[in-house]
Amino acid sequence: MNEKLAIQVDDLTVAYNYKPVLWDIDLEVPEGVLMAIVGPNGAGKSTLIKSILGIIKPIAGSVSIFGKPYEKQRKLVAYVPQKGSVDWDFPTTAADVVLMGTYGSLGWIKRPGQKEKKAALEALEKVGMLSFKNRQISQLSGGQQQRIFLARALVQDASIYFMDEPFQGVDATTEIAIINILKELRKAGKTLVVVHHDLQTVPEYFDWVTFLNVKKIATGPVKDIFNDDNLTKTYGINYKVAVNK
Amino acid sequence: MSITDYFTLLWHDYTLRTITMGTAVLGAICGMLGSFAVLRKQSLLGDAISHAALPGIAIAFLITGAKDTHILMLGALVAGLIGTFWIRGITSKTHLKSDTALGLILSLFFGFGMLLLTYIQKQPNANQAGLDKYLFGQAATLVESDVFLMIGVTGVCLVILLLFWKEFKIMLFDMDYTKTLGFNVRFIDTLITFFIVLAIVLGLQTVGVVLMSAMLLAPAAAARQWTNSLGVMVIVAAIIGALAGVFGTAISASQDNLSTGPVIVLVAAVFVLFSFIFSPGRGILFREIRFRKNRNDLQLKKTLQFMFGIAKTHENISHPHAIRILNNFHGFSKSSLQKMEEKNWIQLKRNEWSLTKEGYEEAKNLYNQQSNE
Repeated sequence: MNEKLAIQVDDLTVAYNYKPVLWDIDLEVPEGVLMAIVGPNGAGKSTLIKSILGIIKPIAGSVSIFGKPYEKQRKLVAYVPQKGSVDWDFPTTAADVVLMGTYGSLGWIKRPGQKEKKAALEALEKVGMLSFKNRQISQLSGGQQQRIFLARALVQDASIYFMDEPFQGVDATTEIAIINILKELRKAGKTLVVVHHDLQTVPEYFDWVTFLNVKKIATGPVKDIFNDDNLTKTYGINYKVAVNK
Repeated sequence: MSITDYFTLLWHDYTLRTITMGTAVLGAICGMLGSFAVLRKQSLLGDAISHAALPGIAIAFLITGAKDTHILMLGALVAGLIGTFWIRGITSKTHLKSDTALGLILSLFFGFGMLLLTYIQKQPNANQAGLDKYLFGQAATLVESDVFLMIGVTGVCLVILLLFWKEFKIMLFDMDYTKTLGFNVRFIDTLITFFIVLAIVLGLQTVGVVLMSAMLLAPAAAARQWTNSLGVMVIVAAIIGALAGVFGTAISASQDNLSTGPVIVLVAAVFVLFSFIFSPGRGILFREIRFRKNRNDLQLKKTLQFMFGIAKTHENISHPHAIRILNNFHGFSKSSLQKMEEKNWIQLKRNEWSLTKEGYEEAKNLYNQQSNE
């Protein structure tokens, strides 16, 4: 495995009110891993991603992407927000939402042209949604909406992908389709950070894992650290799951 | 004066033309910007801003002592922007939700404005009369320079919309994602809010503080029913707004004692009602029709499938069966049998039915489709 660090987080602390949501997080993610962030509700999983991406302003700490501050490396990073974070009744089509993935590289004012539209259609094809390109987004199922969000991030052609619960509320077929795309991205050398809820599938889907509960409990290869000890520390109760050791 | 007289007079009468132009342009800009307010789920922001503008008008009058429309508007603009700023401040700095913040600022500013208005009216100054027209608006006071100002602002607003179209669109849909792409969302947000405040202030003279938010919301709500594209929605909202302005003015000018502002708002409301009921995609009427049709179709198909199950047990599929064996089947009725005969799926003879070849094929395909899934 490449030892270059894709993401480095130092002393990150975030608070909304009085209680910290994240406390003194140090995190190093090597390039080319498919990493799950696991932890109970309110552990700060989404907050961690959002503060790395600058959506939430941390109280303290720093983030660097491939050794440089995040602000200078935006184009290397793509984000897949939680599906529920937007209003799907917004008047637009599936292809249009995917096209939004090209807006970052276009910059201010410039409109997407043929090249961008072609890229959007290719991304739709990759997620198996090409035939839905002109569909109004409210008429898509939850799984299809999730695929549209994934396609929008694929268009960005980034090196690092942050995904907030991409498997939430999708059926088994979509889950398999999505995880196959994620594994393909890893094969292509991309780094993926995924907020994940289903502990059962962690060993099967991911090769790297971070346990989080306000503080970072552990981070490393799934085969080394995905064990009862860390699960208990993270979830506070004696959490037994079947782990293939 | 009848409405037809109005439209003939429109070409000759300077005042009437000015007022009509004014209300049409106002309707258009409000419809355009209202689309953004509605999609941002900030429908009530318009209401708060227009009420918040009232003390600005009063203070501008107290300072200058003159009733110059443009100076009063400037006062309204400043007060409206301060109100907006405070609403933002309250929601981001406290635990209060935005509806509470809006309500708070709305009533606080409006109350203060009313207080100042009463104070002004008690002043021994002959000039003060008529300031209260800003409460409900008075289109008749529109003069050419007001209309030119509206056209100017609308033009600038159009240019800004076209320039930053992509940025407005993505921010309206997904604010967090827009941030990660490196766009300054605060700038985009401030820009759009500034124009919303500007449009409201422009409309105060015509429609008034109390009804202004309807000008913003009604055309947008109506337009949303007809399209699933943001661009089309903004254009349709502008057209509906302009039409409401023109027809509202026409109706109010052709009757005695009907003030223009409320009539424009009522015309806009008629557009909303019509759109809610008759729009093909989202309207109540067609949705209900589609729902019923779907239900009836399914009922027929289900009955056919049931018949197919019976007919299959015989070697000859057209073997007649007694109608009464269907009696226990839910969804069966005389009219559904007739519809099936019209579709040529079955033949009816006295108290017996038999499947036709078409009916048999139809049912077989139905059966296959469902067992394959």
